[in-house]
Amino acid sequence: MDWTFWLEWVLKGFVLCLVLLTGFAYLTYYERRALARMQNRIGPNRAGPQGLLQPIADAVKLFFKEELTPARAYKIVFFLAPIVTVVPSLIIAAVIPWGTSFQLFGRTITLYVADINVGVLYLMSIASIAVYGIVLAGWSSNNKYAMLGGMRSSAQMISYELALGLSFVTAILLANSMRMIDIVNAQSSWWFVVIQPVGALIFWIATLAEVNRAPFDMPEAEQELTAGYHAEYSGMKFALFFMAEYQKMIVICAILATLFFGGYLGPFVDKFWFLGPVYMFAKVFILLFFMIWVRATWPRIRYDRLMSFGWKVLVPLALAVVFITATGILLAQELNNQLYFWAIPFVSIVAAGIAVMMIYRELRRKAYERA
Amino acid sequence: MSVLEPVVELVRGLGQTFRYLFDRPVTYQYPEQKREVRPRFRGRHVLKRYDNGLEKCIGCSLCAAACPADAIFVEASENTDEKRFSPGERYASTYEINMLRCIYCGFCEDACPTEAIVLGDNYELSFTDRRSAIYPKEMLLEPVPTVDMTTPRKVETGVYKRSVPEMKDPTD
Repeated sequence: MDWTFWLEWVLKGFVLCLVLLTGFAYLTYYERRALARMQNRIGPNRAGPQGLLQPIADAVKLFFKEELTPARAYKIVFFLAPIVTVVPSLIIAAVIPWGTSFQLFGRTITLYVADINVGVLYLMSIASIAVYGIVLAGWSSNNKYAMLGGMRSSAQMISYELALGLSFVTAILLANSMRMIDIVNAQSSWWFVVIQPVGALIFWIATLAEVNRAPFDMPEAEQELTAGYHAEYSGMKFALFFMAEYQKMIVICAILATLFFGGYLGPFVDKFWFLGPVYMFAKVFILLFFMIWVRATWPRIRYDRLMSFGWKVLVPLALAVVFITATGILLAQELNNQLYFWAIPFVSIVAAGIAVMMIYRELRRKAYERA
Repeated sequence: MSVLEPVVELVRGLGQTFRYLFDRPVTYQYPEQKREVRPRFRGRHVLKRYDNGLEKCIGCSLCAAACPADAIFVEASENTDEKRFSPGERYASTYEINMLRCIYCGFCEDACPTEAIVLGDNYELSFTDRRSAIYPKEMLLEPVPTVDMTTPRKVETGVYKRSVPEMKDPTD
């Protein structure tokens, strides 16, 4: 524990924060450009070459905007809520490994801020803290739409957290560890998305609900709730909510990449340490594209259907998938037959098929009753 | 397989948006790249001239009478052969259109007996104050093709007696 250790820590944390902050800024640009192309538009292309300075222009605008506080708002909570939302979205990235390690001045520098043996639990706990900021923002604004948005988001995020946690469990079972590094290294032969595609899919769906993205963007449904929980926020306070949301998108895509898509692993990553961050970036970039793509395509789901989908389909399916994964691993170990292990993806897909069938039957029944 | 219908439909939707990703954007990069207006577009008014440069407008105020928004103000004066603006007795010494009031209905166009006022294809109307929204005759009048065709000008006596030209059967 000499001073260089602390210096390394502080520097890595600093770099991570910087990467997330610029990443957030350019994610907005990326999203606007990609969405625009899907809607036959061009998107921001005026500020700087190809509009690359657009995020800076936006930031400058937000800095100079007037900040309003509603007359009968709970001032302290109203002030704290954006901070409570932003901080978890930054510190959650601490345990995500984005590369192996390299030698510098005779020290081995590892490419992650913290390597804790319960990394996945840390992720879960920090992810649930983010709900507080949103609920408090909605409540302290003294505005019925903000309040409704906050309530919706708390209900939604808590519901989908269960499915999210259970899909974490499938990756933990396959890696036999909660350390993020171990999970990544366990995927050196096969990515977990190959072994447990349904787990990855559940993670993906629950993630969309967790970060309040379309088609689960109920808390900020413009048409119903104006802007949801941040209806009363303006200027930098609003920017903090926006920042938290987009940073959560980046981080959760990084988590998905780590748990199911092999993290920083890729060809030649053992020989050249700098390829780790590159692969990580590429994977996060592609996964973020999927988020944008989904937003451009699917309409918002109705609130009661959101809840029944979360509780009646996603949680049971996630439980079934955990059970199938555990059974497959156990049978492969006890009977020493890898065939059981490779039965996991197929049985999981059958389980997912049954879930889809149940949704279909439910929809058909409703349509029949309505007619 | 109809059981998988929900999934199939969702994936079809994704495919649709993905195809559009590679479509050409329909955006016009406006100030640099302007879209051509449609043939019957009604933009800013233009006061036309005859081929010899004389103004078509005879100051009859029929456009002002037809205008539902009361945007046009016309004041007529007498032509002389020494200082001739338009054929016939009178010309418009003041012709103002308040572009903030105008609704671009084209009734003035229809009312004009000499086809002097025409709604052109200019849609870039912007002003910084109300006063500059009133377009005077100098702004509305079509520029002359050559310098010797400017108005007012001295003409031979007794040539331009008729204010409304002989019209052929309207073809357009």
